Amino acid sequence: MSLLDIAGYLSLALLAGGGIAAIYRIVAGPSILDRAIATDVLLIVISSALCVEMALNHHTDNIVFVVVASVIGFVGSVTLSRFVAERKKEPVEHA
Amino acid sequence: MLESWPEIADGIAAVLLILGASLSTVAGIGLLRFPDQLSRMHAGTKPQVLGLLLVLVALAFAWRAWVWVPVLILAWVLQMLTAPVSAHLVGRAGYRTKHLKREMLFTDELADVVASHDDQGRPAATADRRTVPQPDPTDHHGRD
Repeated sequence: MSLLDIAGYLSLALLAGGGIAAIYRIVAGPSILDRAIATDVLLIVISSALCVEMALNHHTDNIVFVVVASVIGFVGSVTLSRFVAERKKEPVEHA
Repeated sequence: MLESWPEIADGIAAVLLILGASLSTVAGIGLLRFPDQLSRMHAGTKPQVLGLLLVLVALAFAWRAWVWVPVLILAWVLQMLTAPVSAHLVGRAGYRTKHLKREMLFTDELADVVASHDDQGRPAATADRRTVPQPDPTDHHGRD
């Protein structure tokens, strides 16, 4: 077991800790924007885990997904924040 | 122990991987412990820029192949382009919908701007929708 393997498994454990914390924040809220931030963190944790796995096993299969995730990862939170800001302006009609 | 270049490069990659992954853990701890949305944003953006940079540089040292370096740079540049956009919009929506603790702010430069405009982005003096907003001849929009 080389030094890189040990560091890789330790990194995966650290990433799992960050991912669990992000999932807890997605579940607990309290607002939808907190969930959007935690979803961004979860996405970057998954991207980093794919990178660590590539470094561990010496292949380049997942790099396309890392690039695509960094391109489209912001679409969700942008859409969500636009939706939240727009909904705030609407007059309440059916309340 | 560490003598040849592949072993040294693997050692550098190992250190960078642990640093990049620990930034994700730091972001998770910040998401759990910070009290309001703006400070959670501060914690959550650490792994998006620096964490991903460290992991991608570690990947470059682990692969030791120049052909993949432009792809790694592309991934990081695209993340650098998109992360500020989403952070700006989330912070903007959070400010507008009052998801922040005022007593934690030292200064709030946005409050005057928000207070002086209505929901449509017009100045509050012309907020009456029955009248057409007339341009103010004394307003030079910042230009002299």
